[in-house]
Amino acid sequence: MAKQIYWEDVQVGTEVTPLKKSPTSRQLVQWAGASGDFYEIHYDKDFAVSTGLKGTIVHGLLKVSFLGQMMTDWVGEQGALKKIGCQHRGMDFPGDGIVCKGKVTKKYVQDGEHLVECEIWAENPKGEKTAPGTAIASLPSKAK
Amino acid sequence: MASQSLITEELKKVIGVPTEPTVIEIDKSAIARFCEAIGDSNPMWLDEDYARCRRNGGAVAPPTFLAAARMRGIRPTVPHGLKRVLDGGGEWEFYRPVRPGDVLTVTSKVADLTEREGKMGRMLFTVTETVWKNQGNELVAKARSTSINY
Repeated sequence: MAKQIYWEDVQVGTEVTPLKKSPTSRQLVQWAGASGDFYEIHYDKDFAVSTGLKGTIVHGLLKVSFLGQMMTDWVGEQGALKKIGCQHRGMDFPGDGIVCKGKVTKKYVQDGEHLVECEIWAENPKGEKTAPGTAIASLPSKAK
Repeated sequence: MASQSLITEELKKVIGVPTEPTVIEIDKSAIARFCEAIGDSNPMWLDEDYARCRRNGGAVAPPTFLAAARMRGIRPTVPHGLKRVLDGGGEWEFYRPVRPGDVLTVTSKVADLTEREGKMGRMLFTVTETVWKNQGNELVAKARSTSINY
């Protein structure tokens, strides 16, 4: 595990450590089994094309979970993810890479918790933000 | 050309009506499958011995595990007759960790229905709110997500 990050270590603008993912068709099938989402647009190319898509697409919730993993990796064992959300603006296709990124937009203390709000997004190989959103996490404080 | 609204009187009746509670038992193998599917090997999720002396005092599910469990038949039925669906996104708030052995009660309701003309025809946007509580009736998580039917 990476070294624990503390609330005092981050400032507005601090980057969340990016997380690179390369979802394959195999991973989408694994995700279908793990999540219970068996909609065919994620693994049956003919079906996906018949609905007007260019091919099978990565599940939106898999991208949310990638973003969640980026956040839980970054906040470390003593941090906690409090909130995560994103919009699905663009589609991602198996075989294309996805990079999850983020940066701190606000840091504050509320009800005794040391919190950071981050702008987060999943990015396709063209650099387009296919899943932009926000996350709020608590971090341990050195002051405690 | 005015096309007919997708939001019929029948559909409007669905708004705000909570589903019957669904009970989900959280088992370790479901968490393991979830972690494997996303490629997350954080020992906080799967290694009980490792996690015991840390923040949560034992293994917990990754927060977005509940987002995926959302798919297990807990959403209200919206009789729109549209065949295609896309995920518009959502937000999830986490109040308490979820542990193997927890028994969660899930309720959800349609909070809002809107429609818009899109590239692929008229599209229906359904906003669903979901609440998870644990066996102690404590709030575990809340979600608000949008699905797009067309």
